[in-house]
Amino acid sequence: MPKTVALVGTDAVAEAMRQINPDVVPAYPITPQTAIVESYAEMVANGLVDSEMINVESEHSAMSAAIGAAAAGARVITATSSQGLALMWEMLYIASGMRLPIVMANVNRSLSAPINIHCDHSDSMGARDSGWIQLFSENAQETYDNMLQAVRIAEHPDVLLPVMVLLDGFIISHSVDRLELLDDDPVKKFIGEWTPRLPLLDAQEPPCWGAFDGLGGYFFEFKRAQIEGMRKAADAVRQVAAEFAEISGRRYDFFESHRMEDAELAVVALGSAAGTIRTVVDRMRAEGVPVGLIKLRMFRPFPVQELVAALSKVRGVGIFDRSETFAGELGGPVFVETRASFYEEPKKPLMHNFVYGLGGRDLPQDLIRQAILTLDGYVQKGTQDKTVTYLGLRD
Amino acid sequence: MSKYWDFTGIKEWNWREHPLGGVIPEAGTTDRYVTGGWRSLRPVLDLDKCIHCHFCFIFCPDSSIVVVEEKMTGFNLQHCKGCGICAEECPKSAITMISEAEAQELEKCLLAAGGKGETREEKGA
Repeated sequence: MPKTVALVGTDAVAEAMRQINPDVVPAYPITPQTAIVESYAEMVANGLVDSEMINVESEHSAMSAAIGAAAAGARVITATSSQGLALMWEMLYIASGMRLPIVMANVNRSLSAPINIHCDHSDSMGARDSGWIQLFSENAQETYDNMLQAVRIAEHPDVLLPVMVLLDGFIISHSVDRLELLDDDPVKKFIGEWTPRLPLLDAQEPPCWGAFDGLGGYFFEFKRAQIEGMRKAADAVRQVAAEFAEISGRRYDFFESHRMEDAELAVVALGSAAGTIRTVVDRMRAEGVPVGLIKLRMFRPFPVQELVAALSKVRGVGIFDRSETFAGELGGPVFVETRASFYEEPKKPLMHNFVYGLGGRDLPQDLIRQAILTLDGYVQKGTQDKTVTYLGLRD
Repeated sequence: MSKYWDFTGIKEWNWREHPLGGVIPEAGTTDRYVTGGWRSLRPVLDLDKCIHCHFCFIFCPDSSIVVVEEKMTGFNLQHCKGCGICAEECPKSAITMISEAEAQELEKCLLAAGGKGETREEKGA
């Protein structure tokens, strides 16, 4: 019987890891690391899992060790956050380029300067072009569910790419949340055994990993093959979600549509903010405002066609971004990509970007309401005087 | 034993044909890869001076010192990049660095004259 528990988000990740029981967990043990690996280290020490845990001297080394272990044939999970992810930077590309199905939980926190430890999406958005699949979570339940599904998506033979599971710093990671944990047995069956491809430690037929691609060069061909893996990841995400629904009863897709059937206005958001936005959407619906919500779960690959189809009937879209691209009027990354998705469409809704919550700035309900009303105003006028609004900024 | 990786026609392969993630199903393939091509200086050994101390073998960064039955016999020019560390470290000054371009000219002349000049390929094999 699945049991309902109250856990902080980091422990929800650790519980998922306990059930997955990966071969190797390399991790940097102190700040900016979160309690994920602390809880997991306790599980290792108590003999609950068989994982080889490697305490390394930096996040760069954590990802390096993850790459080495994965190439050797191990199932590898690690976790990081903020500056830690930034320090992993060059190794992220090596993990994806070598097609290693590493799973990593990243607690979304801002990047310095100024020094700030709170939630925003700057860290993982910086890694959006690194070739990792990215799954965002709204709460502890989704974080736990995403971790379990991530292993299957990463190891899918058509995919073989690393997966980043994202949870909002503090809001999810450090807040106690109610969630349902599945029994160990169905999870173990769902996760299955990992049969590595050409493991480096095969003494009978040793392969060569990480070779130079030649002065003539085949790099372009390798990148094209990687793009193909990312394209196929979308199918794998759906396939794995369908299997996961069978053991959990919880359904996942590229995004969740809430009250979108007859919506004239829509909000697109990632992560924990979607929960608050859903509440505001319901309240404004009760007041007669025809608004709906699209909660993006899969940011990489980006669900272009599906998102366009979901938003094609609305008149205005308010896109919420918890990070910046510093490209001026182009706005945040979710805005940039949603707008780009509509480029070929003859009919486009009005789209406005709401950048919010940088460095953990709170997003209360009245700010969301204000954003939806601003969007409604632009739609009524049929035009907007600017494309980006900084929500909650002292201006 | 590692299997032999057949990469016939690799220059024409499309992106679907390359091994996923660049993983080569064979180990030690650099043995067949010429890395000595950028050499501008070539080491030449004077066997009369050589005392077979193996300093050159120890210091060579490219494993290009050919030792047969504990005797220094010459250089693997397929992998020697001409750095000159062997000549620098040799306690008997038995190794001299000469111009690669001149060495190649000399080889051509020797071959044309029907001499027993070793070609680079033979030496590297």
